[in-house]
Amino acid sequence: MTDTLSQLSNLAITGATIVYFVAMLAHVTEWASARQITATPVVARPALRRRVTVPATAAPATTMPASDVPAPDRNSDGEENIDRFGRIGFSLTVLAVGLHLAGVVTRGAAAGRVPWGNMYEFATTGTLAVVLAYLVLVLRYKVRWLGLPVTSFALLILGLAVLLLYRPISPLVPALHSYWLAIHVLAAAIASGGFTVGALASILYLVKSRAERNAAACHDDRRTGYLWRLPTSEAIDRIAYRVHAFAFPLWTFAVLAGAIWAQYAWGRFWGWDPKETWAFITWVAYAAYLHARATAGWQGRAAAYVALVGYSTFLFNFVGINLFGSGLHSYSGM
Amino acid sequence: MRTALVLLFLLALAAIPGSLIPQQKVDASAVAAFRSAHPSLAPWFDRLGMFSVYTSPWFSAVYLLLMVSLIGCFIPRLRLYAKATRARPPKAPRNLARFSSFDSYVTDATPGDVSERARSLLSAQRRRVDVYEDGSGGVVVAAEKGYLREAGNLVFHFAVLVVLVGLAITSLYGFKGGVAVVQGESFSNTLIQYDDFSPGGRFRSSQLAPFSFKVDTFSAAYKPTEPGRGTPLHFDAGLTVRDQPGATPYRYDLRVNHPLQVDGTSVFLVGHGYAPVITVRDGKGNIAYSGPVVFLPLDGTFTSYGVVKAPDAQPTQLGLEGYFFPTGAVDQTNHPVSIFPGLGNPVISFVAYHGNLGLDSGVPQSVYVLDKKHLKTYDRANGRPKVLLLKVGDSARLKDGSVRFDGVRPWVKLQISHSPGKLVPLSGVLLAIAGLLGSLFIRPRRTWVRATPGAGGTLVEIAVLDRASGGNPDDHVDQVSSTLQAGEDSA
Ligand code: HEM
Repeated sequence: MTDTLSQLSNLAITGATIVYFVAMLAHVTEWASARQITATPVVARPALRRRVTVPATAAPATTMPASDVPAPDRNSDGEENIDRFGRIGFSLTVLAVGLHLAGVVTRGAAAGRVPWGNMYEFATTGTLAVVLAYLVLVLRYKVRWLGLPVTSFALLILGLAVLLLYRPISPLVPALHSYWLAIHVLAAAIASGGFTVGALASILYLVKSRAERNAAACHDDRRTGYLWRLPTSEAIDRIAYRVHAFAFPLWTFAVLAGAIWAQYAWGRFWGWDPKETWAFITWVAYAAYLHARATAGWQGRAAAYVALVGYSTFLFNFVGINLFGSGLHSYSGM
Repeated sequence: MRTALVLLFLLALAAIPGSLIPQQKVDASAVAAFRSAHPSLAPWFDRLGMFSVYTSPWFSAVYLLLMVSLIGCFIPRLRLYAKATRARPPKAPRNLARFSSFDSYVTDATPGDVSERARSLLSAQRRRVDVYEDGSGGVVVAAEKGYLREAGNLVFHFAVLVVLVGLAITSLYGFKGGVAVVQGESFSNTLIQYDDFSPGGRFRSSQLAPFSFKVDTFSAAYKPTEPGRGTPLHFDAGLTVRDQPGATPYRYDLRVNHPLQVDGTSVFLVGHGYAPVITVRDGKGNIAYSGPVVFLPLDGTFTSYGVVKAPDAQPTQLGLEGYFFPTGAVDQTNHPVSIFPGLGNPVISFVAYHGNLGLDSGVPQSVYVLDKKHLKTYDRANGRPKVLLLKVGDSARLKDGSVRFDGVRPWVKLQISHSPGKLVPLSGVLLAIAGLLGSLFIRPRRTWVRATPGAGGTLVEIAVLDRASGGNPDDHVDQVSSTLQAGEDSA
């Protein structure tokens, strides 16, 4: 029974990896087909101003929204193409997430415990948190434009997990026999899903805001390419902030829950074990990000870089400390 | 704000070295290994406090500065906040159209009607609302909400202080100690019984609760098959505990994640190992040492290292230094190794010494180290020291005596700690999270609706200003605008 389940899990994870790959290809095509096509300038609020009839007397300075300018005809085929590949990519992502979820759940069922006991399981569960965060964001904020980075990330991490990190199911070491494992790691996994999507959005924000600046500096009006179909850099920044603002309290909770567990298991809240230290560094770095956003001169690009620094400390904790580190938290199974 | 940002960066940077360089408090043996591997670097690291980063003056300086800055901006912010809680929504700026979240329309309704509907709409959304007439015959509705964000933020920063002060209190008044107890032996909670003990600055030894316990049994199970052969499955120590001398004893099953609590003191199972039972006879045939000796595990298969000291042996003191292998085997190079952490085929391999153990020199000695300054090995014909390999029940003859490997008993490493006032940092933690949620998800927002009479009808302007990022002010403008217009359509 256990063997069948664990084989099913491996199959589902491998399948999910392949479907992520195809989804990524669809998104690549989506981006590529936008290369020759001029983007209609993004209108801040297309739904508004329908009833604006400004009297000559008290005219506030409203401008005509650019969307009223009819788009050139040759674009409409291309538009359809871009949209079609975007939809295909997204549907495939949903399919991949289904397989991925099944893989993680059967792994847990086969092991008879939570599916986060070693590096392979951290990677598969963590990536699941990333794509789930993306799906939620697509539903709430229409961020399908994150499709390419998210599927590429999922493909990369799942591929590495399957090829390099895979370990057959083995029982948990006694230190992990605690319901705190479920609480602490689950919070950390969801937070890391948020941090990952936040980092991807921050990168897109940096790219887009540079393009906007360059275009403004050169008076370049050619808005071809997928970049110009992304929302404005401010809108991207807002999404990035929202995800970070969601992930930061969860990370805070994960770190504090870990401290309480440590008090319960080892008799001390905090011992500056390498893993604990880097969780703390990540926490401080993201606190710096939140501060930067409220500090004059640090908003915008500088804050985005701080967020990426925070993300790299998180990655270092996951990769560097798990693989090369020692200490009490050595559960990577590597 | 800039100071706080710089200090946060410094704090993150300052925490890094301690995670990369071994730390005395975390792993003392790694520090020792580092010292012998880098003899010229180590003194410099000592001077810079690199082996105890988190108690070093420079690390403390960074976080104390952060604390000072935190308090320094907390107090003025508290004062400002107290004022803000009573403030009215600010008056509308003259030119609302310059806001990026703005909408306007013209209607037949009178300014009074529009403003009344705007007021009831915005009040129903639990905003603080003021209505006033501006100079030119128009009516303005000014609304604001989200005052609790700043409160959440203040609570969070205050809670950070509570957590840190709470942790300081628990470590100041508490203690932490470690002891290795061999199965079958007892421990009573007095200072001399500890192997290591680190009291807080305000600790008094009278605080030690007078309990005692005996380690009756210890069992460890390891996965016997691949994959993951040798992975520990469970550790379990059976104790007989007495809360006070003379109290009725009771049994307690001590496991990882299942500590024993007596009178606010907690006993944790944090490690275990093997203690080979060894009998050393001297040259005259008298027993010079007999009993279990705690060997320290070196790796996951429990290859363990230890020493035996027999100072009473005649005519010369004897010492043994060697390794214990719970499941011994021989590798290709003909060296003994352990292939499984459980007791499959216990073997010890050791080198015997004779001479002076140096116990009378006045310098305290670790029980885990043999001072070989005045000791000599028993050599073979080729001049190399003789290595003796014994299984349970075997004995080996030395020139000045003999050694017998009687058996093996497990030992447990216990951490015993008392952290009074634990509830302070714990409540700080809850407070911090609650405050943080408020600080991040409550968004202060100002809304203005101005209705100005004109030739073609009443011009209604709506503008929204968010005072924190992450919100969507355009949606709110849309909502206010369309609700007001819908109200007119139905009127
Ligand atoms: C342990 C150190 C600290 C941590 C973890 C921390 C964390 C935070 C967080 C998470 C926020 C919320 C950001 C937001 O509202 O978007 C914040 C805001 C703020 N922090 Fe800190 N902080 C720390 C130290 C300080 C210090 C020392 C100061 C004062 C110099 C300070 C001043 C502020 C101010 C003024 C805000 C409000 C920013 C705003 O209105 O958005 N913080 N802090």
